[in-house]
Amino acid sequence: MRKYLFYPGCSLERNASAYYDSVMALREPLGIEFEEIEDWNCCGATEYTSLHRLGSFALQGRNLALAAKQVAGGNNVLAAPCSACYLNLSKAEHYLRGDEHLAAQVNEALATGGLSYRPGTIDVRHMLDILLNDIGLEEIRAKVVKPLTGLRVAAYYGCFVIRPDYEHRFSSPEYPTVLEDLLEVLGAEVVEYPAKAHCCSGHMPSISAPSAYELIRRLIAMAVEKKAHTIVTLCPMCQLNLDAYQADMNRFFGTKYRMPILYFTQLIGLAFGKAPEELGFGKELVDARPALKKIGVKMVHPAEETGGTAPAAPKPRKKEEGLPMPKMPAKHQNEEVS
Amino acid sequence: MKETPSQSGDTGSSFLEEVIQATPGDPRLEMCIQCGTCAGSCPSGADMDHTPRAIFAMIRADMREEVFQSNTPWFCISCYYCTVRCPQEVHITDLMYTLKSMALRKGYARNTAWADFSKTFNEYVFNYGKAFELGLATRFTMRHASLRDIPGLAQMGMGMMARQRMSLIPQKINGLESLQKVLTRAEEIEEESR
Repeated sequence: MRKYLFYPGCSLERNASAYYDSVMALREPLGIEFEEIEDWNCCGATEYTSLHRLGSFALQGRNLALAAKQVAGGNNVLAAPCSACYLNLSKAEHYLRGDEHLAAQVNEALATGGLSYRPGTIDVRHMLDILLNDIGLEEIRAKVVKPLTGLRVAAYYGCFVIRPDYEHRFSSPEYPTVLEDLLEVLGAEVVEYPAKAHCCSGHMPSISAPSAYELIRRLIAMAVEKKAHTIVTLCPMCQLNLDAYQADMNRFFGTKYRMPILYFTQLIGLAFGKAPEELGFGKELVDARPALKKIGVKMVHPAEETGGTAPAAPKPRKKEEGLPMPKMPAKHQNEEVS
Repeated sequence: MKETPSQSGDTGSSFLEEVIQATPGDPRLEMCIQCGTCAGSCPSGADMDHTPRAIFAMIRADMREEVFQSNTPWFCISCYYCTVRCPQEVHITDLMYTLKSMALRKGYARNTAWADFSKTFNEYVFNYGKAFELGLATRFTMRHASLRDIPGLAQMGMGMMARQRMSLIPQKINGLESLQKVLTRAEEIEEESR
């Protein structure tokens, strides 16, 4: 049994509950035990750190201090499935370790709440890192009972797990391939997806929607172009933007994309033979059933469509060029200008 | 205290020093060689008043007013592309955070949607210890969304509710009082060190 301290974060409690469900469903097959940090607080996403430098470190500091209280028997790894939580906690740990003055200031603030934190006590790690490096691909392969043969997936990393990557845990900040390795082990067909580490637009849908829609459009359009059945993500923010804002983006551009956005842990669960209901399927706004059909998984949708009917799949692109293009007679093509 | 460029006899820009001082760790801003890699890497670059490269040049030129009025830091999404690509290892994302909080403190950006989003989010964190998506979405939408955005947002909200992806009431942590003391003290310490 592998034991981890666990920081779910606000997203996993609600909007990313499919991520939470699927992470929890992997405990039994992989022999993992999670101990949730008692009375943890929000990591502040990118907002707290935007306006409060020391306050943000104190916010993370409280979580790290609470986690440190629960360290037992050298078991100091804190698992964080949410990318933003992972970055905030690991960033604070990294900065506090390297800056005594900052650590003293944070501890002075923590003392008013009866807490203290010694930098270096907690090892913050993302779920993908734990699955790849603690469990390992071979052990995951051994547990696959229902390979995802026939499912074409685009592996999407987003930003925070691979950038800035203070502890150098991932192979590349711009073009990693580890998630692809994992999805291949599950039997899925991984498509080439050059946008894999691009930004999902973060909080931009709220503060400048057109900027956000363009970034979302690029990510969805590329996955469609590569004929992916689904985009697989490891971040609640990425899932929310690509899934929940897909309809708004379609309205904005007049497109009709219907690209399901799933968590990588949901696909691992399916390959391990778990039922989709146990893995949080059905909580996505863009229906994932067409993708599940490719691997023969049937699901009753818990929440039927709330508004209108699902748009039809986009029409296949015309084979012929849309506009008549002037063509140079062949004999002129290689003629040199003299 | 970290050594600032003026202590090492580098530059006469007091604004540059101030920005460096207000950023955690050593942000290496004085090392910027104006190559523009950050500008070319930025997913928001096209929507910014100034590219990050230009902002750094303006900081050196002591152009406080223009820097604080620029939308640039507020359009930084924190993707960290610039930070990992910068050949001089300038902590660009961290510097954008510094510029946001500085601008607000000096009275700029107060009524903008972008600053208000962060402030509204942070109020929930301070008052409950946890984020509250529905509250953030409704309060923020009422103040900033245009009328034609409402049907789309409402439809999305309904979809999120139907799938139990949105909570109707905020959750409060048990140790809220202690968290608030910690955060308040952190602000005081920050204020004292300025």
